[in-house]
Amino acid sequence: MPSPEQWTHPEPGEGPAAQAAQPSREQVIAGLRNTDAGGAEVTQLLTPEGERIASPQFDRYISDIDPDALRGLYRDMVLVRRADREANAMQRQGQLGIWVPLLGQEAAQVGSGRALRPQDMAFPSYREHGVAYTRGVDFKELLGIFRCTDHGGWDFQAHGFHPYTIVIGNQVLNAAGYAMGQKFEGKVGDDDGEATIVYFGDGATSQGDVHEGFVWAAVYDAPLVFFCQNNQWAISEPTERQSRLPLYQRARGYGFPGIRVDGNDVLACLAVTRWALEECRHGNGPVLIEAFTYRMDAHTTTDDPTRYRLSEELEVWKHKDPIERVRVHLARNGYADQAWFDQIQAEADAFATDLREFCFNMPEPPPERVFANVYAESSPVLDSQRDEFLSYLAGFVEAGER
Amino acid sequence: MAAPVKSPVDGAVPAVQKLTIGKALNMGLRAAMEADDKVLILGEDVGKLGGVFRITDGLQKDFGEQRVLDTPLAESGIIGTAVGLAVRGFRPVCEIQFEGFIFPGFDQISSQLAKLHYRTQGRVKVPVVVRVPYGGGIGAVEHHSESPESLFAHIAGLKVVSCSNPTDAYWMIQQAVASDDPVLFFEPKRLYHNGQLKSEVDTTTPPGPLFASRVVREGTDCTLVAYGPSVKVCIDAAAAAAEEGRSLEVIDLRTLSPLDLAPVFESVRRTGRLVAVSEAPSESSITSEIAARVQQECFYSLEAPVLRATGFDTPYPPSKLEEHYLPDLDRVLHTVDRAMGW
Repeated sequence: MPSPEQWTHPEPGEGPAAQAAQPSREQVIAGLRNTDAGGAEVTQLLTPEGERIASPQFDRYISDIDPDALRGLYRDMVLVRRADREANAMQRQGQLGIWVPLLGQEAAQVGSGRALRPQDMAFPSYREHGVAYTRGVDFKELLGIFRCTDHGGWDFQAHGFHPYTIVIGNQVLNAAGYAMGQKFEGKVGDDDGEATIVYFGDGATSQGDVHEGFVWAAVYDAPLVFFCQNNQWAISEPTERQSRLPLYQRARGYGFPGIRVDGNDVLACLAVTRWALEECRHGNGPVLIEAFTYRMDAHTTTDDPTRYRLSEELEVWKHKDPIERVRVHLARNGYADQAWFDQIQAEADAFATDLREFCFNMPEPPPERVFANVYAESSPVLDSQRDEFLSYLAGFVEAGER
Repeated sequence: MAAPVKSPVDGAVPAVQKLTIGKALNMGLRAAMEADDKVLILGEDVGKLGGVFRITDGLQKDFGEQRVLDTPLAESGIIGTAVGLAVRGFRPVCEIQFEGFIFPGFDQISSQLAKLHYRTQGRVKVPVVVRVPYGGGIGAVEHHSESPESLFAHIAGLKVVSCSNPTDAYWMIQQAVASDDPVLFFEPKRLYHNGQLKSEVDTTTPPGPLFASRVVREGTDCTLVAYGPSVKVCIDAAAAAAEEGRSLEVIDLRTLSPLDLAPVFESVRRTGRLVAVSEAPSESSITSEIAARVQQECFYSLEAPVLRATGFDTPYPPSKLEEHYLPDLDRVLHTVDRAMGW
């Protein structure tokens, strides 16, 4: 892979920044073609055609992935996608206030999530439904956020899965602090060590908090894996609006390794994340992983991607589908037959039906929830505000209006 | 400067000592770190230098670099990592060097620190203290003399306090660290090393709970309510007024969120008049809140409208002009005169 020393600095007026004020349609297309391939430096273990590529560096990290385990990863991705599609449909039917689709990012999330051990902690942003699933968080527990009945109801400690973070990049610093704590407690240094992983997107890499997270994790040697899912678009802004150079190469500037992995390759995501976590467990962290992937659907259900991206782009990425390549690999090698695939599909349909029924029957939170858990210790001002409001509401009950 | 205090590693702390606010904070932090080894201090220059105001002096030497962290220079990083450390089970105490530099950390304070407990339905506790030296009167350049406390009191999920004397400084910082809620701890920087305020601190018994205001001087004609650096101004004003036969009651709020106004209501019902004093700009401030709630609770007891002596609704001026900006003894007494003459 090219090293930063090999780059030449452009003359003033020639560099990308000088021309970046308003990219033309041609520039955007050129940029897309540029990023489309992921570059020669991308780590891939399973091609879009389902061919296994040997890797001297990473094969040992997936030596336990026999056909049975690979079928497990396939099943994970199918279930996660099916649930994601169901939630998207439920939003369209007005049952959810909003949904953040992960379509196309199943391999990045399942692969990295399955690399974690129970003692590890994951800090998600708000699209990591697949990671949540691998951490044992019930998909139903995610729905409350999007049906707007709560801000996240799962037990973060039991699952090693922090609450979702909506503000872009905040969680990177929170994760850096958590990983510093693991280090301070002496929980790193051998193969049983602890590590933290933090998820963020390509857009977040422009945020100050992400840069500060890089600085903090580096100078305190925190066992933190930065897992950037570069899905090419921050709502309508392409990656070219976030960075002049491939995102994984930024790590070098902070003094730790950066690696780009094919984010649509579940085996590569699993292997590379296991490697990075191992580095962290042994006290050699942090590590930046850029999972080169693509958001096949909108940013959220409020978004209209046809306004800013080309349908040709979507067509190119359809050929790199993270689930299809595993299906082809399993089928071609005789690891699974059609009956098995049908069975998984049936299981996924049942998973989605269950989710739908749960969603429709989700109870409304009681009004006192507005005031609950604002503080760990009581606040007399808030207590009186609550009491006054509940007594006001009780007036309607007495009047028979509620 | 305070008389040399024996560090606990050398020997026992005497029960009663004469301390400045700065030294009392230092000793309070030391006591908090001794009481709980999960307490960490994070900030810029807090280690070898002991902080630009020397409030953390000697702590890194005695507790090590893993408990007193000289951090990179980024306030969002200080607060954001403190949130993560708190989730992990630590009790971080962040130092923001000057209040004017807190804004890069505002996002983490308002988006994460204040809301994580609520968002997780109480599963996550974030017992972080953010220490903020604030206020004017030290002849400093821009961004070194502001009073942004109202901005934080406005954010649900945060608790906000300010100390005004050595005893409170010693105890309130320990109580803030022990609190399971995030606490913004505003320290009156111009009083840190004020020898006039040096007083005996009883290090054996706390004077009362953290989130409670207190009557610090009794009076009958008019109530003054203040916090932080303005408390001394009000006490001095009350002493001057007494020489002219006027009796002013002074209340130190101590807690800005939650506001403990019960003693203020009780006082106003007796005196019939209230002057609220603060260095902060008056619009949408702690003093606005006091005025609103006192008129709501004490309407029939008031002999005059609630009046305020505050900073102006301008940016903090160049410090050659700060004597005009800061509500001083004369401006407080003038405002009392207006209240009395209504």
